[in-house]
Amino acid sequence: MNGTIPAPTIEYGMLAPMLVVFGAAIVGVLVEAFAPRYLRSAIHLPITLLSLLISFVLIVWQWVEGVPTKAAAMGAIAVDGPAMFIWGTILVLAFVSVLLIKDEGHFVGAAAAVPGSAEEEQALYEGAAHTEVYPLVLFAVGGMMLFPAANDLLIAFVGLEVMSLPLYLLCGLARRRRLLSQEAAMKYFLLGAFSSAFFLYGTAMIYGYANSLDLAEIGASLGVVGGQDMLLYIGGAMIGVGLLFKIGAAPFQAWKPDVYQGAPTPITALMASGTLIAAFGALLRVFWVALGGLDWNWRPVFYGVAILTMLGGAIFAITQTDIKRMLAYSSIAHGGFLLIGVIATGSAPAQNTSALSGILFYLVAYGFTTVGAFAVVTMVRDAGGEAWHLSRWAGLGKRSPLLAGVFAFFLLAFAGIPLTSGFFGKYAVFQAAVTGGALPLVIVGAVASAVAAFFYVRVIVLMFFSDPAADGPSVVLPSRGTAAVVGLAALATVVLGVFPQPVLDLAHSAAQSLFVR
Amino acid sequence: MQLYVPILVLAVLAAGFAVFSVSIAPFTGPKRWNRAKLDAYECGIEPTPQPVGGGRFPLKYMITAMLFIVFDIEIIFLYPWAVAFDKLGLFGLVEMVLFIVTVLVAYAYVWRRRGLDWD
Repeated sequence: MNGTIPAPTIEYGMLAPMLVVFGAAIVGVLVEAFAPRYLRSAIHLPITLLSLLISFVLIVWQWVEGVPTKAAAMGAIAVDGPAMFIWGTILVLAFVSVLLIKDEGHFVGAAAAVPGSAEEEQALYEGAAHTEVYPLVLFAVGGMMLFPAANDLLIAFVGLEVMSLPLYLLCGLARRRRLLSQEAAMKYFLLGAFSSAFFLYGTAMIYGYANSLDLAEIGASLGVVGGQDMLLYIGGAMIGVGLLFKIGAAPFQAWKPDVYQGAPTPITALMASGTLIAAFGALLRVFWVALGGLDWNWRPVFYGVAILTMLGGAIFAITQTDIKRMLAYSSIAHGGFLLIGVIATGSAPAQNTSALSGILFYLVAYGFTTVGAFAVVTMVRDAGGEAWHLSRWAGLGKRSPLLAGVFAFFLLAFAGIPLTSGFFGKYAVFQAAVTGGALPLVIVGAVASAVAAFFYVRVIVLMFFSDPAADGPSVVLPSRGTAAVVGLAALATVVLGVFPQPVLDLAHSAAQSLFVR
Repeated sequence: MQLYVPILVLAVLAAGFAVFSVSIAPFTGPKRWNRAKLDAYECGIEPTPQPVGGGRFPLKYMITAMLFIVFDIEIIFLYPWAVAFDKLGLFGLVEMVLFIVTVLVAYAYVWRRRGLDWD
């Protein structure tokens, strides 16, 4: 009984960007516990922004030092090129989202009070605020970083939960339209828990097949283990369900419009950009590293899912009359376009690199535009809070041409018009798909893009060519944070649309090493 | 197959004991009826009659129960470490301290936010 269990080696330096974020989240909880109420926001904001900044600087530093070629923490977490690129993107977008979150008036004073009750009014009157929002956002961002870097199915599950649980709570904290917000949180939680169960069950099945949770070892066991194929197929399918749910791909897209609509708009911005990026990172890693040898089986399924997602998202978006729901369906459609990139992978490394770098660039471009679009939504308000109904947006271009112009620009970027970032994103993914032999899918993608362009342009026409309602919404003077977010998002959309080469090169060199095994 | 016989015997014995105790109790046990016998046992509020509009009910018990589960799980993780702490060495000790510190942070939050007060 004297034998010692060898201690695992953990590369703290490689994991430092993630540890900084989690550490700051824990400090945030302590601030909640010990700081007086009137000081909390003032303490949280610098901690949150600084930790995201430090984490980003650490990633850049590590990138310059040289991308690691081996997974960290005994092969559990892979800090490779794609993971670092995704981390950097998520951190920048989270930083920008926090600038939106810090604005007054997005979050409820006492979430537990019955909507419309005297207690709720009392809490608002007393100036109560859930400053827990900041540590919750940091925990969610930490989870978003862990999820795509996880090189082990169990760690991926932990990342999935750390990312999702704070988001479920944050969805229910909108100040206005409390019932809608609570409904969103409840639906997201129930459906999310259900999909997590699918993921975990699939993990158990795969473990039964491969006798390992390590993605590379699962990949190596394909075709070696005999007679257990059913376990592998069912397990792979269930993991696919869990991951496609987080992406919001059809037929697992039902939660997206409700949740995006009910959640506080800054949180929607964070979810629509960060969660999508993290989930795509994890999907690519699991299906390339672990189940890459099984692509004859999952490729046709993804084919169908991509077609359903693109067409479903684009067609249902046309019928929407609510700006946030419309953006949610647009996000579903974009998830479908990104899935084309996943299918565009082939056996040749060069083909994989071009597909992966296309997806990475698309995610950056889409993330910035989305955060910008939701930032604009927070600024268009009437007496009842943000004006979501599209009819209220009529004539906005005549009242505030600058804001409407910027929003129109974001919509054109979503549609993929040249000179916007969306064009190069779509181009990179579609081009990889054509060389990968997925031409029919690209044609469907082009048709879906055209359908999508119709409803984007419809909003632009509504804003600029119809008369404003007499009691139409007013555009609030943006705070410096919101103005910075809109400005930065617009700048990113222009720069990535006109000079995409630096970011394309960066994505390409990140994708060069592919995923470590 | 031989190896499983004791398990089968154990299962038969356990089932037999359960059936025997339940069926013999009405004949041998004393019967003293009172109101408390009809109450819900440790299940919080009375389910019937239902108040108008669902009514209001206290959540104190639920919060206490949730906190109990959180700290109970922490203890469960301590057991395997305690059994093998000498073999796990310094690394195990440091990791365990880190784990306890993070749970302690949660504890501090609950304590300062009066989650531990009954009223």
